[in-house]
Amino acid sequence: MQLVDGTDSSIRRFLKQLPGVDQVGAESRAAMLATRSIKTASKKWAIDCAISMIDLTTLEGCDTDGKVRALCTKAVHPDPTDSTVPSVGAICVYNDKVATARKHLDAIGGQSIPVAAVSTAFPSGRASLEVKKQDTLDALNNGATEIDMVIDRGAFLTGDLVKVFTEIVYIKELCGDRAHLKVILETGELVTLDNVRKASHLAMAAGADFIKTSTGKISPAATAPVVLVMLEAVRDWYAMTGIRIGVKPAGGIRTTKDAIKQLVLVRETAGEEWLTPKLFRIGASALLNDLLMQRMKLRNGNYAGPNYVTLD
Amino acid sequence: MRIDIRKTYKLYIGGAFPRSESGRTYEVKDAKSNFIANPAQASRKDLRDAVTAARGALGGWSSATAFNRSQILYRIAEMMEARSDEFVEEIALLEGVSRVAAKKQVNQAIDTWVWYCGWCDKISTVAGSTNPISGPFYNFTVPESLGVVGIFPAQKSALLGLVQAIAPVIAGGNTAVVVASQKFPLCAVTLSEALATSDLPGGVVNILTGITSELAPWMGAHMDVDAIDATGLSKELDKEVRVSGADNLKRIHKFSSSDTPQRMLAFMEYKTVWHPIGI
Amino acid sequence: MTFEYSPAPESTAIVDISAQYGLFINGKFVDAKGSKTFNTINPATEKVLSKIAHAQASDVDKAVAAARTAYTKVWSKMAPQERGKYLFRIARIMQERAREFAVLETMDNGKPIRETRDIDIPLAAAHFFYHAGWADKLKYAGAGDNPRPHGVVGQIIPWNFPLLMLAWKIAPALATGNTVVLKPAETTPLTALLFAEVCQQAGLPAGVVNIVTGDGATGSALVNHPDIDKIAFTGSTGVGKGIARAIAGTGKSATLELGGKGANIVFDDSPIDQTVEGIVSGIFFNQGHVCCAGSRLLVQENVHEELIEKLKRRISQIRVGDPLDKNTDLGAINSAAQLARIKEISSSGDTEGAQRWSPECTLPEKGFWYPPTIFTGVTQANRIAQEEIFGPVLSVLTFRTPQEAIDKANNTPYGLSAGVWTEKGSRILWAAKQLKAGVIWANTFNKFDPASPFGGYKESGWGREGGRHGLAAYLKGGEK
Repeated sequence: MQLVDGTDSSIRRFLKQLPGVDQVGAESRAAMLATRSIKTASKKWAIDCAISMIDLTTLEGCDTDGKVRALCTKAVHPDPTDSTVPSVGAICVYNDKVATARKHLDAIGGQSIPVAAVSTAFPSGRASLEVKKQDTLDALNNGATEIDMVIDRGAFLTGDLVKVFTEIVYIKELCGDRAHLKVILETGELVTLDNVRKASHLAMAAGADFIKTSTGKISPAATAPVVLVMLEAVRDWYAMTGIRIGVKPAGGIRTTKDAIKQLVLVRETAGEEWLTPKLFRIGASALLNDLLMQRMKLRNGNYAGPNYVTLD
Repeated sequence: MRIDIRKTYKLYIGGAFPRSESGRTYEVKDAKSNFIANPAQASRKDLRDAVTAARGALGGWSSATAFNRSQILYRIAEMMEARSDEFVEEIALLEGVSRVAAKKQVNQAIDTWVWYCGWCDKISTVAGSTNPISGPFYNFTVPESLGVVGIFPAQKSALLGLVQAIAPVIAGGNTAVVVASQKFPLCAVTLSEALATSDLPGGVVNILTGITSELAPWMGAHMDVDAIDATGLSKELDKEVRVSGADNLKRIHKFSSSDTPQRMLAFMEYKTVWHPIGI
Repeated sequence: MTFEYSPAPESTAIVDISAQYGLFINGKFVDAKGSKTFNTINPATEKVLSKIAHAQASDVDKAVAAARTAYTKVWSKMAPQERGKYLFRIARIMQERAREFAVLETMDNGKPIRETRDIDIPLAAAHFFYHAGWADKLKYAGAGDNPRPHGVVGQIIPWNFPLLMLAWKIAPALATGNTVVLKPAETTPLTALLFAEVCQQAGLPAGVVNIVTGDGATGSALVNHPDIDKIAFTGSTGVGKGIARAIAGTGKSATLELGGKGANIVFDDSPIDQTVEGIVSGIFFNQGHVCCAGSRLLVQENVHEELIEKLKRRISQIRVGDPLDKNTDLGAINSAAQLARIKEISSSGDTEGAQRWSPECTLPEKGFWYPPTIFTGVTQANRIAQEEIFGPVLSVLTFRTPQEAIDKANNTPYGLSAGVWTEKGSRILWAAKQLKAGVIWANTFNKFDPASPFGGYKESGWGREGGRHGLAAYLKGGEK
């Protein structure tokens, strides 16, 4: 079923009939869900679930092969002293580090961990379509099986929705069967929850496999009301099309408490079906160690410290 | 015989206690002309820093709920009450009054603080309105904070005049740069210690000690100060401040000592909003 | 892959419930005359929590006398600002003991700990804090230059928000200079008795607040007492009318906060996900034991199907169970009697042809429980559209035009609250203008604040509580 045919008028019509979002109401629902108290067995389950959903990320100018290899080792065996800890969901790097990551993962038994590459002139998205396409192709050719692209926020805020839409369509075409496409909305720049809802639907209509909150390079990033609205969007999309699109919050999720709040949001908004790395990922780096320390606490009964988790 | 540890009287800017960047201090003597302390003598740059701190704190303070502000003002009263003896000591020394009279002033000051605490979440009920427009419009008027207020409290009062000036300004959601009484600055510094331990965000109130005639012209001319309480200024300084303050149309007021919600409203702006009523 | 929430019980170690309680008169706990007592139970478990004294007419007499003496000798002579300071102290102590109050309220009332912790108790403390600041500002209250209190007020409160209703009554009464004798509801006396302890801790002069526990007879004795100057009552419309008759010709004034059948109106351009939240909050908050509940959903016919589908999905996520579990959304029904009433009225929905729906939920064996329930296909003529059920039961009706929505919303003897859901500002204001309700929530519901006046039109009562307007009832020259 084609909800949108790519023309400006059809995109506008589609977005216009979406319901508005009351900011106060959305924030209060998100705040209420944040009071859920997840303890004992459910906490244990949630920690392991969260670990398996992490897209372990390094996106710095000073990234080197050494840094990337260290991250990959962490990804496969997050806790060297405990082999029951699950591996993470993916590794996320810039496209020129994809090859290093893939090679190292394969060498240490991490064949099942995908390498995701950020793309389309991440994080700003300010470049020509050709550059964005090449950015994506480089990543794919180096072995990335997930592409995290950014939308053109300038175009969105100008109302050039066709541009935003078609860029996603092009990148999706390049991905083909080789990779799944995450579309980063950069909700901090979209500002209103109405925009978050509209951008989510636009991205899904254009072919996104995942909608992602942020680049993690600006604040605010993955706030609870934003994630709530995006989960409502994928829930509604499923009702409209029968297709489940994934959600990835990224940026600002640093503690186990934060991660568990995300899982509660998923469970009580989109539903349990989304509680799998196939449909929910968390873009993070420091979070993993906090999850490990909380895991240790559940296992041993006492609080761990930073010396008991690895610094990569 | 035990030698006591005397307090260093510093400025209070942005929640911290710096000395004057000029390195200057000035002598404060008690009523009998004995030396008490060398509080900081604030400079133009200190004033500038204080205004910056006040402006920075304005967004958070003015958008806090009135209830939240009133809780913090009550906590300030709690902290003041705990420091009662300190204030009594300072007032008695500076003003040369008896401890009984000083205690009376302290009690009055704390009670004034509590009085304004209770105004935070009532002022818009009392001073706001919905207005009966001849037409299908909903129309309401609310008083809002107006910004950064420079305060020159009454010179002859060590504590009460200070509190009577500061409390209404911040109860209304404004932030303040206070220039303490030149002869009686010590209570202002002790007050800033109470403020610092009260959950009041840094920068909401900034307190400078120093020479009034030096600081007033700079305050009057500063384009990022929105209003001034000129109660403690001499006739000449008052005029000077009004002349230079005209450059950005500062709202400048002088008050007598009574407590009234007018002291809050003098530093608030009325906003009126229209909206059609229709199916 | 299922994410089940493990039990997350709040500990009850923080409360210290006595085996039995006396009455709080003249600053002390005293035994009631006669040995009549009654039990208060935890409606989630049916376990007895404590034995409560049953105040006789002579006990009420003693309490009123204590209040009168306190008024004449102490409270009316005290400087207003000092009076206010007692209220500030009370507020601060309530904040300090907040967790204790929250657990106790949940045990005695049956409502979820999340609600007592996050809503009831903070609001109650805030109510005292707000009113403390009015004590010395009464000349600005709009009741004249020198408004005077009535003297001794008798206050009777319901079981649905025990501590909050106590705050709504006592705070303004004291702030305006009155002294009080308060009767908490039979099934929920414990937080009122803990409040008495707070009064002691705050050093409140003896006799300013008196708490007499008991049933309807105790309440009657209070209403009819010749030395009570004013009555404040929150409860059912039926009892409220009885009070109005009882005080006729006595010169006593009264404020009454009675029942409601609030209409929650949803237009086709509402922010639908937040609307669903508002509907759920409107009827399932506090198990629907709310006078201003949005118990009638009036939805624009062209979005009925979509809304009901989303609503059912959302309601399926409501967690019913142990009120002390931090993840519980819907707690126990307050009493067997209330449960029977809910069942009786709701069954008329079945027999009169509406369609009942509840999500699947396992209700505990012991205690009083009712699942969240909606009836679709309801019309104005159904009992469940007219009578206050006071439980987690929503009646859904439809409308075609905005005017029809207003007409249906107003077509009731009640007039306490209404909700309006639309993104169109002018329609919000238009609807607010047309609706005959004392509290109108637009794009939100069940929001309370000490600064916001609350009360109803028509048979929902007399007078307002909260805000500047709520003071009038406690001042002479104010409302009669």
